[in-house]
Amino acid sequence: MNFEELEKKIAQLRIQKEMLELEDSKRFQIDQEIYELEKEAVQNLEPWDRLTIARALDRPKAQDYIQYLFTDFIELHGDRRFGDDSSILGGIAYFENKPVTVIAQSKGKSLEENIQKNFGMVSPEGYRKALRLAKQAEKFHRPIITIVDTPGAYPGMGAEERGQAQAIAECLYTFSDIKTPVICVVISEGGSGGALAFSVADHIVMLENAVYSILSPEGFASILWKDETRAKEAASVMKMTSFDLKEKGIIDHIVKEPFGGAQKYFPMVTEELRRYLAKELEELGKKKIEQIVQKRYQKFREMGIPAWKM
Amino acid sequence: MDLFKIRQEKLTLFHKNRKKETIKKEIPSHVIETCESCHTNVSVKELKSNHFVCPECGYHFKIDAHERISLLCDEFKEVDKKFITKNIENFPEYDKKLEISQKRTKLNEAVICGIGKIGDVSCAMAMMDSGFMMGSMGSVVGEKITRLVELADKKKYPLLISCTSGGARMQEGILSLVQMAKTSAAIKRFSENGGLYISLLTHPTTGGVSASFAMLGDIILAEPNCLVGFAGKRVIENTIKEKLPENFQKAEFMLEKGFIDRIVPRKELKETLIKILKMHGGHS
Repeated sequence: MNFEELEKKIAQLRIQKEMLELEDSKRFQIDQEIYELEKEAVQNLEPWDRLTIARALDRPKAQDYIQYLFTDFIELHGDRRFGDDSSILGGIAYFENKPVTVIAQSKGKSLEENIQKNFGMVSPEGYRKALRLAKQAEKFHRPIITIVDTPGAYPGMGAEERGQAQAIAECLYTFSDIKTPVICVVISEGGSGGALAFSVADHIVMLENAVYSILSPEGFASILWKDETRAKEAASVMKMTSFDLKEKGIIDHIVKEPFGGAQKYFPMVTEELRRYLAKELEELGKKKIEQIVQKRYQKFREMGIPAWKM
Repeated sequence: MDLFKIRQEKLTLFHKNRKKETIKKEIPSHVIETCESCHTNVSVKELKSNHFVCPECGYHFKIDAHERISLLCDEFKEVDKKFITKNIENFPEYDKKLEISQKRTKLNEAVICGIGKIGDVSCAMAMMDSGFMMGSMGSVVGEKITRLVELADKKKYPLLISCTSGGARMQEGILSLVQMAKTSAAIKRFSENGGLYISLLTHPTTGGVSASFAMLGDIILAEPNCLVGFAGKRVIENTIKEKLPENFQKAEFMLEKGFIDRIVPRKELKETLIKILKMHGGHS
């Protein structure tokens, strides 16, 4: 059985359990069955299934994480150059009673909201807003927490005219030695340079069902095979799941999700994330900033070493 | 049935005629080249002496990394020549594509790095080659460029990168993507230590390369009419459902928008570079 069939069967069992006048022992039996099926389903999760979970409209978005993880969030707008990109939600807030800067790529929860937020596709103004907030964080010695959730940088005419490439390059350049701790959380979808611009961090943590890749599978299939409809096949060869990235040493930690994704039981995810962030921020707080920056450089410096020989 | 036959006949006739029109004279490509812009036939010998610029219309032909080195350098010593890509993910058909590119270009990867002399100024140089898998940046390209930047930093050489690339290398996935961060970080350090980095954009510079080291030069030069941008033309057209204007993402367009310093014709390139290098204290 594939993931979809299993999911259907589990839903049926759940209904059975609720609807019928059952003895406790029978109910227990159904619970057992559901547990086994869930286990099987999780093992059968294809990268494409994870992508579907990650892209689901009801999956918690950056604004939900900000609401649950931080207090007194004050949103700050604008790049001071051209405009304000609403696909980036940035500002200052308390995390565990300490001020932090939050810079998040934010998708919407409905079509209207998504149109307003450009489906999380960031324009040059967004990257420049992020840069401005990052510089501000550096000045006031606030740690930065970035949240990644984007299919990629916006491929529009205006974005090109206003220097999409330059804006992303400057993010990579600046974040590589910004003198304050940076932690990056990939909550759902990380695609292309548009996501990487927010990922030059001391620690990168990914949700279990989140995906991160060189390009969206649709774009990948279109470039490599000139056929967008082969996206599912692309997803299977792209090694884009959190486990693939952990294995390659790109990310540092995976936050476990309940069956069906963070959308099914959000507190479980936020609590583990909170614990992780608190621990790592405390650790980073003990180190000298030069040491942190040096380690960040070294981390990216060593990426890709297994892929060549002299 | 009849209609079908008539149509079939017409179609055959059409194809026959069309074929006739497009038959090219069999001229070996190493003797005569046709200019893509003004369609003049130019002998390769003449082209070579003119640095592969069309003598009629000034169109800049693509040139490979070796040609670029002989155009700019009086001396060149290659470093890190032996780096070869391993297909660690066993990505389908990647080995084959690498092999084809290696045979065709006689290069190990899409970039040649080394220390060269432009005039009499020593300079760390990376020359990308779009003939090798579209000049895409895999782990080896990223590593070679990063090493060169670090070498320039250590030895206090100015840095020149001649960019030409379609972007990240799809077959290497995420490891290719992070090379953008790696190279940018190295350039940041180099810059903090006072190094001069001249970025030269040639046709085409797009995707992950334009969104990392290509756009980070202290001085960004470009060849006339070369394509510079992040997203591909087709992708943008699909997004906005409109045809793009002819000059979109061309060097002239980027100059107007303020993203490059100067457009330099190939003939004046060496001279311009020498002037800039000397102004930054390059030894003469």
